[in-house]
Amino acid sequence: MATEEHGDEAAHGPMEQFEIKPLIDLNLGGYDISYTNSALFMTLAVICTFSLFWAATRKRTMIPSRIQSIGELMFEFVAGMVKENVGKEGMKYFPFIFTLFVFILFGNVLGLLPYSFTFTSHIIVNAALAVFIFVAVTIIGFATHGLHYLRLFCPAGTPLPVAIVLVPIEIMSYFIRPVSLSLRLFANMLAGHVLLKVLAGFVISLGIFGIVPFLAVGAVTMLEIMVALIQAYVFALLSTIYLNDAVHLH
Amino acid sequence: MELEAAKMIGAGLAAIGVIGGGVGVGIVFGNYMTAASRNPSLKDELRTYAFLGFALSEATALFALVIALIILFT
Repeated sequence: MATEEHGDEAAHGPMEQFEIKPLIDLNLGGYDISYTNSALFMTLAVICTFSLFWAATRKRTMIPSRIQSIGELMFEFVAGMVKENVGKEGMKYFPFIFTLFVFILFGNVLGLLPYSFTFTSHIIVNAALAVFIFVAVTIIGFATHGLHYLRLFCPAGTPLPVAIVLVPIEIMSYFIRPVSLSLRLFANMLAGHVLLKVLAGFVISLGIFGIVPFLAVGAVTMLEIMVALIQAYVFALLSTIYLNDAVHLH
Repeated sequence: MELEAAKMIGAGLAAIGVIGGGVGVGIVFGNYMTAASRNPSLKDELRTYAFLGFALSEATALFALVIALIILFT
């Protein structure tokens, strides 16, 4: 990267917000394990989740209070999604899916605050989550079905000429899953935040006509809140669908 | 042609692929609207499939976007 010559330029460019800065320098056996702003926002996401659900479940009443209904809404939304896609057997994986959903949701929404950092806009974070899901789904599939799990690549009743074409495609689409799962979230967050930053730059430079991009920033921020919700939903939805493949062969 | 200029043009060309994703997402939600207005009782059931289709068709567009970003920032 040409950071040396564009050093000053990059400091105020649209990509500056994605820079990882170490807050506390830590070094363990030659590995850099500094506490960065990325880790800070992950911690914040966990704290926000914890306090939301602590507040929601503190005083449980038959007629839910406002904060309790927020908690119930999120819980039932994900529980309904898992039950609909995987069925009763899938409910033992529900805590994982729910944690995943809430973690990504808070990561996306916290990133929309000014001067904050979006950890989901770094592909390494998403890739770690997606690879974990991929490995877990593969293990669950082999554990429940044994070698029959390979039937996933060749559905029953496929004629041989079709199978020759179908099997490589199915294998490829299986192995591209972690890539597309992590890329989708990463690219959505990256594109949204760059767009916001570029539009915000126009507000100052256009002077009095800056009101037009200013209104656009407001509209795009609303769109970004929607994208943040949808992407967290889509990530959790695709995880449940992959899980469904592993629990019931399709 | 300078390498930098060629990179910029290449990134622009790579971003053309996003058109397909836009068309795809439009078709998905357009058809969801049609289906939901024809049979409103299936609305909630179809929404899962609509978002699934949205996610899958958007992913292809984002691959093009990522190629453009890789060209620009490497």
